[in-house]
Amino acid sequence: MSSVTAKARTSDRETEDRQSPSRELMRGARILCETLVQEGVDTIFGYPGGAVLHIYDELADTRHNLRHILARHEQGAVHMAEGYAKATGRVGVVLVTSGPGATNAVTGIANAFMDSTPLVVITGQVPRKMIGTDAFQEVDTVGITRPCTKYNYMVREAAELAEVVREAFFVAGTGRPGPVVIDIPKDVTAEQAPFFYPEDVQLLGYRPTSRGNAEQVKEAVERITNARRPILYVGGGVIHANGSDELLELAQKLQLPVTPTLMGLGCFPSGHPLCLGMLGMHGTYWANMAISDSDLIIAIGVRFDDRVTGAIEKFAPQAEIVHIDVDASSVSKNVRAHLPIVGDAKTVMRQMLELLSDERQLPSAERIAPWWRQIEEWKQFAPLAYENSDEVIKPQFLCQELYRLTGGDAIIATDVGQHQMWLAQYYGFNGPRQSITSGGLGTMGFGFPAALGAQIAFPDRPVIAFVGDGGFQMTAQELATAVQYDTNTKIIVMNNNYLGMVRQWQDLLYNRRYSAVGMKNTPDFVKLAEAYGAIGLRATMPGELTAVLEQGLSTQGVVVMDIVVSEEENVFPMIPPGAGLKEMVLR
Amino acid sequence: MRHTLAILVENRFGELARIVGLFSARGYNIESLTVAETLDPQVSRVTLVTCGDDQIVEQITKQLNKQIRVLSVVDLTSLNHTEREMVLIHVNAEPGLARQEVLNLVGVFRAKVIDISESAITVEATGDRNKIDALLRLLAPFGIHEMVRAGTLAIGRLPVTNSEESRAELAVTEIRKRLTTTQNRETTTHESLLRQRRGS
Repeated sequence: MSSVTAKARTSDRETEDRQSPSRELMRGARILCETLVQEGVDTIFGYPGGAVLHIYDELADTRHNLRHILARHEQGAVHMAEGYAKATGRVGVVLVTSGPGATNAVTGIANAFMDSTPLVVITGQVPRKMIGTDAFQEVDTVGITRPCTKYNYMVREAAELAEVVREAFFVAGTGRPGPVVIDIPKDVTAEQAPFFYPEDVQLLGYRPTSRGNAEQVKEAVERITNARRPILYVGGGVIHANGSDELLELAQKLQLPVTPTLMGLGCFPSGHPLCLGMLGMHGTYWANMAISDSDLIIAIGVRFDDRVTGAIEKFAPQAEIVHIDVDASSVSKNVRAHLPIVGDAKTVMRQMLELLSDERQLPSAERIAPWWRQIEEWKQFAPLAYENSDEVIKPQFLCQELYRLTGGDAIIATDVGQHQMWLAQYYGFNGPRQSITSGGLGTMGFGFPAALGAQIAFPDRPVIAFVGDGGFQMTAQELATAVQYDTNTKIIVMNNNYLGMVRQWQDLLYNRRYSAVGMKNTPDFVKLAEAYGAIGLRATMPGELTAVLEQGLSTQGVVVMDIVVSEEENVFPMIPPGAGLKEMVLR
Repeated sequence: MRHTLAILVENRFGELARIVGLFSARGYNIESLTVAETLDPQVSRVTLVTCGDDQIVEQITKQLNKQIRVLSVVDLTSLNHTEREMVLIHVNAEPGLARQEVLNLVGVFRAKVIDISESAITVEATGDRNKIDALLRLLAPFGIHEMVRAGTLAIGRLPVTNSEESRAELAVTEIRKRLTTTQNRETTTHESLLRQRRGS
């Protein structure tokens, strides 16, 4: 607590420093860039415009060594920054102009907010004197982004710029991460002020909890060692906290079954014998049965999303719930926790492991052996299955082939929909920060730019955008960006000429009366790729698939693989909307 | 159930909008709202009356606490506290019997006459919600032209002790205690949190 003092009550020393004439005066734009460098930023995703001209002028100064990636649409820039942040664990940075620049960024910001991705989004604003006059390209960015940011700022003078930027990075990257918007009026970026990089952030009302309450952690460990049918339900919070090693140790030590959420894919190795696969609406049968019949759910870094729980009143009726999350408001929001622990996933798991360090006190594996036999039975009863074909490429087969050829080591970004669910089912991610997907908001067009952002962070790692033909057409213009920066991004378009998931719901829930789901004028993606200077490949028959994937993945440069798959395939198993987890439709 | 929340928030541009926006975005109800500076001009105190079952109010409290600039949230409902509302009323009071009756009511309710014309008076009254409701009900037959009612103000009760001095001291301790209990978990310094993120 000692480091936290009211922001307004800055120490005398600091006040003196600020007024000291010896400090170099700089324009706001330079203060911004200097502060970004101090924050360790090396890459900015953005799109220029009138209100950010001073900042772009400053970016051209090579002294800052800030790399700017020019997107083709502001939404793409934000998704790229999110892919970059998800892959690296660092704060992604975006720079866009006022008005339409800011509004175009909003979908990306809302996506990052739902999926707790740390971003700092800098938006230009009209000069201070013109605010409120409906000036050219003026929009109330702070008002528009207030409900979809962790916090946002309007900078009122150049002298407070460094402090605001410092604070923004701190807020974005700590606790439950999220996007922070900094709106900067154009004249602030031209105004001269002394540069002062604050040593610490002073936020009286913001103190993210790290360690869990020791008593509660102790009780959690007792409950776990006494449970007969325990299960670990783990999500994105484990990845944000870099807690995969602790999770693996905890699960192995107690032989606990593990089921990750969509956002948690890769936080536990998919091929591990303790891993049951994803749970929820399109999760595995055995994961859903196990969580439904368990007597103790240890929920770590998850938020009991409706796509996970199904009908909430039917969710795990016999289970006690231990809920560990860094965000107190996530605990007992949808499902009441019997034992809430507010804290960072990694730290709390470490605390638990300390209590479990005495091997002699561990419960015998025999105690939960019947539980594992039951899970095995469920697994045998309804394994993931589909009918393969010699005539048409099945999307599930595509995912399996992709897994076989990459060994589960690729970074793969997806949009939302059928392709996303099949990939989650059939691609076994080996590690954290490999699966990048739009989970909470479910944004079509997210996958490709997000993959591009991840590729820019890791130029030498295999990065794949796995998208549908619908979603790809929402942000396909970023092919120009991918080619301009000589990336190696691979784009696999699972092309079924339909908005597949919507079609599936119309098929199953609206008596197959298809309404506005046929994408019959889909462009030739091979030619589209070539038009952008990328390479285009196509597979239409199962016999061609492997060769096209092999060639596409091994070719240098940006490659679009148009994989024409069976048109009316449905994702199973499925929990119908409004049903409980035990009411899965298997096929 | 009705809940009265006392919220301390940094006195900055846009913070009230953030609090109000949270209620509308999540579909919570605001019954009344008052906000003003505290003794420390950097801090505002919001008194907010809302309603909902325990789970909703718990969620409201957590969502408020999560706000970056919110310093503390106290649900006064379950604590010993005092609530006051204020009302200003233009009521008909023709000279003669009617005026006498209205003035009688003003006296009984320990309200005040703050303005008067040939045919009407302006009444100022403070009290809890029931008292204000009762006054309005009794004045209604005379004809109320206009009425303006302020949101609820609420403050915790002072603990009863022997000396004035220790009383004041206790009040301060109590406020401090509440400030810390709302954020009672162990805190790590910003630096170490950042290191943790970057390092691993």
